[in-house]
Amino acid sequence: MLLDDEETAMLNGEQGKVLQMAMRHQIQVGEFFGARDFVPVTQAHIMADTESLGQAGVMWLERLSEFGDGRHTVRIPTITDPRGTDFSKASDLGQRDWMVELERRTIHAFERLGVSMTDTCINYQTVLAATRGEHVAFGDTGVVIYSNSVSGARTNFEGGPSALSAGLTGRTPRYGFHLDEKRRATKRFRVDFTPRTLNEWGALGGVIGRLAGNYWEVPVIEGIEAAPTSDDLKHFGAAMASYGSIALFHIIGITPEASRLEDVGGDALPVHHRIGRAEIEALTASYAVAKQVDVVVFSAPQLSLYELRALADLCDGRTFKVPMLAITSPQVAPDAERFGYTRRIENAGGTVLAGMCFYQSYAREMSEAKGWKTLATNSAKLVNILGGYGYTPMLASMQACIDAAVTGELA
Amino acid sequence: MNEIVLVARHALGNKVSAEALVASDGFSARYDLNRLEGVFSRPSHKLVGQSYIGRVLVLDTAKGGVASAWMLHEMQSRNMAPAAIVFNTVNPILAQGAALGDISMIAGFDCDVTAVVPHGAFVEIDPATKTLRVLRAAAGEPASATFAQGQQGTSTVHVKPAHR
Repeated sequence: MLLDDEETAMLNGEQGKVLQMAMRHQIQVGEFFGARDFVPVTQAHIMADTESLGQAGVMWLERLSEFGDGRHTVRIPTITDPRGTDFSKASDLGQRDWMVELERRTIHAFERLGVSMTDTCINYQTVLAATRGEHVAFGDTGVVIYSNSVSGARTNFEGGPSALSAGLTGRTPRYGFHLDEKRRATKRFRVDFTPRTLNEWGALGGVIGRLAGNYWEVPVIEGIEAAPTSDDLKHFGAAMASYGSIALFHIIGITPEASRLEDVGGDALPVHHRIGRAEIEALTASYAVAKQVDVVVFSAPQLSLYELRALADLCDGRTFKVPMLAITSPQVAPDAERFGYTRRIENAGGTVLAGMCFYQSYAREMSEAKGWKTLATNSAKLVNILGGYGYTPMLASMQACIDAAVTGELA
Repeated sequence: MNEIVLVARHALGNKVSAEALVASDGFSARYDLNRLEGVFSRPSHKLVGQSYIGRVLVLDTAKGGVASAWMLHEMQSRNMAPAAIVFNTVNPILAQGAALGDISMIAGFDCDVTAVVPHGAFVEIDPATKTLRVLRAAAGEPASATFAQGQQGTSTVHVKPAHR
């Protein structure tokens, strides 16, 4: 890779060992993908729950934070994805002391590195949305796909070590979705059914993600009949990224780079697949393997204020038979309390958690501690993930999930 | 058999040789593995139930979220990582994770690598030359592996016959 004088100084250790480590890591990844140079970035977002880090990752972060050369803090706004617990409710989740302690150590290390502990995967709704053409280094695939597609920003999937490196160096290797040519559509989809609910948007995203195939594919979608909300596209993108490792999509007439099909080269592509209600229902049906529900979870991505309001409306006058968890960001939680949404959810027997995400919070251990096996959710992303953690996850509407929390069965 | 040597477009890490676990399926450390037991755990994965420790994983594409960037490093710290990972198509997360975890990786071929490399074959991965070489085809008993850095103490794991 071509390096400027400052990058060369970082690589040579002239700006401290931490920056040298970060630069080495970024060059290794950049050269793997054939990046010609670095591109400056303005924000970084780090995924670093301790179930992913493990002891080794936490110790790696601690070593990094303890270098005494005084030049080890991030140089651009750098924030965090959800943590592995809500500290105020860890015992209710069956989480062990060692898990909580790992989280505390991680937070301490990040704070020493100058990272802001926002603990959110919906920073584009709550902290600072990236803008069109802004180069950023974001982790969490849901954040990446939303920022690339809906905001028109430019980022690759940046895993924790790479996002932190970008925060420290203020740049990232220029490859993938930082480049104009990689943002052109590669597969064209025709949708004959515009989803109405968040679970349907997620299911549609999952169907397209599966069909698209891999990270380098860019789906362009025709046929969406009305402007989706931010929450619709949040579930749509998160599921597409989860099922297909997709980082960028275009919806004609909706997303900023695709006013017309030809803007992204879609007019030169044959229709790869037509998708209707049947495909969405088939994906949902493939998870409907049980009736009994042990736990109902709303998470992945964290809920917006308006999702919590909708949930509160459904909770009024109900009494839950099985646990119901609603998980949001630390930025949304205070407003949900102020507006009474949290109280209304908790009056029905639900629990509102903040700053975590269900699958990033030792999901396997929670299952074993709490006896949770069958799980209902309106998140297509969550059902795609939890099978590997030993759950039997089922996808349904918010309304059907709340009904299941009341009866213990998914209709 | 004819010698099989495949050349990749992307590579990082050190030269390793080990038995190949091959499937036309995706890979995510978070979605697909029970990392405590060192086996594929997603029920729908074609390698479900099989141990990946010290093996060369030969798979179609990187899937899932960003967690694998940390998880490969964590698996390596416990000597419970694959020896190398080979993809038709890789994403940045798996490459970043391989870089941090010091796990060899090559990706990007002019053929479907999962269709060419026999399941259970003993293969050599050489990132310096970006090559995968099939040293010998699958035998009745799995061969012992030359593990990547940090895995010398890992004992040979016997895997079930191919389920493809």
